[in-house]
Amino acid sequence: MVGPIQVAASLNPKAGPSGIMETPMVEIDRLSLWYGEKQALRDISMSVPKHRITAYIGPSGCGKTTLLRCLNRMNDLIDGVRIAGTIRLGGTDIYDPALDVTELRKRVGMVFQRSNPFPKSIFENVAYGPRILGAKGRADLDGIVERSLRAAALWEEVEDRLGESALALSGGQQQRLCIARAIAVEPDVLLMDEPCSALDPIATAKIEELMLDLKNSYTIVIVTHNMQQAARVSDYTGFMLLGELVEFGVTKELFTNPRDKRTEDYITGRFG
Amino acid sequence: MRGAGRLWRSGEPFIWLTGGALALALLLVAGLVGLILVNGLGFFWPKDVVRLALADGTTRTGQIVEREPVPGKAGQFRIKLKVANRDLYGADFQWLEEGQVLRREYPGDAVVIERVEWGPLIGVVKELREGGKPVAAGPAAGWAEMAKRLPEATRIRREIRGIEKGEIGRINFEQEKIRLKLRRLELRGVTAGPEAVRAEGLPRRPSRGEPRGEDRVDALQREMADLQARYTEQEGRLAALRARQTVSVLVAADDGKEKDLPLVQVVNVYFPNAMGVAAKAGHYLGKVWEFVADDPRESNTEGGVFPAIFGTVMMVMIMSLMVTPLGVLAAFYLREYAKQGPFVSLVRIAVNNLAGVPSIVFGVFGVGFFIYFVGGTVDRLLFAEALPTPTFGTGGILWASLTLALLTVPVVIVATEEGLAAIPMGAREASYAVGATKLETTVRVVLPAVMPSILTGLILAMARAAGEVAPLMITGVVKLAPALPLDSFWPFVHLDRKFMHLGFHIYDVGFQSPNVDAARPMVFVTTLLLLAIVVLLNLFAIGLRNRLRRKYAVAAV
Ligand SMILES: Nc1ncnc2c1ncn2[C@@H]1O[C@H](COP(=O)(O)OP(=O)(O)O)[C@@H](O)[C@H]1O
Ligand SMILES: [Mg+2]
Repeated sequence: MVGPIQVAASLNPKAGPSGIMETPMVEIDRLSLWYGEKQALRDISMSVPKHRITAYIGPSGCGKTTLLRCLNRMNDLIDGVRIAGTIRLGGTDIYDPALDVTELRKRVGMVFQRSNPFPKSIFENVAYGPRILGAKGRADLDGIVERSLRAAALWEEVEDRLGESALALSGGQQQRLCIARAIAVEPDVLLMDEPCSALDPIATAKIEELMLDLKNSYTIVIVTHNMQQAARVSDYTGFMLLGELVEFGVTKELFTNPRDKRTEDYITGRFG
Repeated sequence: MRGAGRLWRSGEPFIWLTGGALALALLLVAGLVGLILVNGLGFFWPKDVVRLALADGTTRTGQIVEREPVPGKAGQFRIKLKVANRDLYGADFQWLEEGQVLRREYPGDAVVIERVEWGPLIGVVKELREGGKPVAAGPAAGWAEMAKRLPEATRIRREIRGIEKGEIGRINFEQEKIRLKLRRLELRGVTAGPEAVRAEGLPRRPSRGEPRGEDRVDALQREMADLQARYTEQEGRLAALRARQTVSVLVAADDGKEKDLPLVQVVNVYFPNAMGVAAKAGHYLGKVWEFVADDPRESNTEGGVFPAIFGTVMMVMIMSLMVTPLGVLAAFYLREYAKQGPFVSLVRIAVNNLAGVPSIVFGVFGVGFFIYFVGGTVDRLLFAEALPTPTFGTGGILWASLTLALLTVPVVIVATEEGLAAIPMGAREASYAVGATKLETTVRVVLPAVMPSILTGLILAMARAAGEVAPLMITGVVKLAPALPLDSFWPFVHLDRKFMHLGFHIYDVGFQSPNVDAARPMVFVTTLLLLAIVVLLNLFAIGLRNRLRRKYAVAAV
């Protein structure tokens, strides 16, 4: 068991947003990653606190997505990826060869940049994960689907057309459906890769509201290139540049009082 | 100059070029289909019978099928007359110069009789006879009496055929089975009943629960004798039926020739000159039905092509059952599991090029591998009692279908692979992200998404297979199959049987027939039918694919 620590000890010696001690959910230690010869992540160390929203910001191509996909080992699917360092989820090394990747992915759900519902019905989309996990009874599935859709704030909009194609939903609805699909298997951590990049402001506002709701039950890690969004929803923010985690800290402090010159340049819009 | 440049930049000429290419392609296809339609659809329409009085004092009666200029003589035409009556005149067709024709008339009592052999008979009913004695004379009375007796004659003919194909066919089938069983026992060294065995003191001890081999020989021989008795009985019935058919019709043809035709041989009678459009249309539909539903007659130049339709469809079905799993699994391995690299690319190129190998080469492979090697081995292991007569070691519908499956597997692989490549990575990642394994993802996400592509491949494969002839000619197609590969005798599906096929039928009727002129329209009709079947099979598969696509794929908003 890992005891309470001060968040991101290496970067920010102070306590959490309200001055309290945080419980780390994911601990990243000296993580580096290469795509073939090309290094995409450089020596990253940090902790993701439990039941908080942690955001990564940074210019395109700085490695935000790559870092996020390390947390549920989605990078395993890509040929030629090499990793150094360790990542621990609740204390267990997730790159341990003995670990079952599918078990890990059940605990660490993911929502993608481009909403990717299956070309199946709304119901089947949400029921997909539970079915994989072995849920069979119609009543069980009905319950899970309703709970997940409610949690994703989509239930009212789709409750009378669960049998219809998920592809007929609007972009924002599709993204919330993907969130419902991810939380249907009740993960501990929810990874979101620019979930609002393709959405209009109203749909974006809905998802942000939803994230604030969800943080009571899930640890959320979000990637965004939208600094206002990070400022609005996240408790902690990390700023990345060229594969490095330049600065990590409590969101309000990072935005109002950055300690690194590069962070300051970025958030004041001087580059990026 | 500047005008031309502007015209070119406007893109207008290119549109015309592309449009022209499409129009040319459509025109060629339309021309081909039109030719087939015109030649095929008119064939069953009853043509009027014309009686021509010639300058030399003779007459010719028949149906005009063609008219063309005489080569080398401007302004003169000649006509091709279908005089039929092959048994009387020696040939079905005659060419006549129009200049020789003095008079044309269309006698209302001219009759066309379709019969079971010698092609149609054209003439005038002269007399109806029973046992050689006249019953009614003259066209009107003769036809009246004939019409009265025709149903009975038809019934007798059907009954004879029924007995030959049904009862006697069944007896033959069972006798053959018993013969094979006896032969199997003989191969085990059991050749005679219990007495003989005891006399020879053979030490065979049968295993428990199974009747002793020696007793079985006796039982089988008794069964065989039973069947022989039944056979004799059916033979008797046939003889009795044949004896009853003494009615015949005397038909007068040109030049005082006559034909005494047993009524039981008459298939169809009509008076084209006396028929109205409605009657002709009815006749037409009847002929079309006969064509698709009946067995062929007279070395395939008359009657129907039902066995060929059946053989074609069944072969395509078996081929589909073989080629789909094979092609789909191969494509899945290539795209989903194999490590992409030079070797996989090489395999992919090889598969694509396989589609360019001449089909006859596949046929040769089919003969060498499937028939001689696999079939020969199966025969030695399972059907040894029938040897030296091969069971699977000779051409048959199974081997033909397998050969075609091999021929079309590249099509399915390529289509499936393209479908797999088109599935977005996001769909797979979404599945992995909730903890699905690769197998679960493949079965639950990838397979449904790729289904339309698989069907596309299957459609192409079926179209190709249905039209293929060369490899079939050496792997199991025959011009006349004694029985369908599907019937009421156990085990119902006879994959070892030879079969008929529309494509081969076209070749056979058009180029191997003893009477090419008479058979030519059959070529077009059969082509038309083959086209129709390919279109139908395709429509079915396309419908299925569209239903799959529509099921959920509504464009994302
Ligand atoms: N599959 C891949 N193969 C090779 N290089 C990649 C791959 N994915 C990302 N990269 C590279 O890694 C770097 C980081 O990419 P990414 O994590 O997607 O950045 P971000 O999400 O911050 O825009 C980029 O330079 C990108 O080109
Ligand atoms: Mg990204």
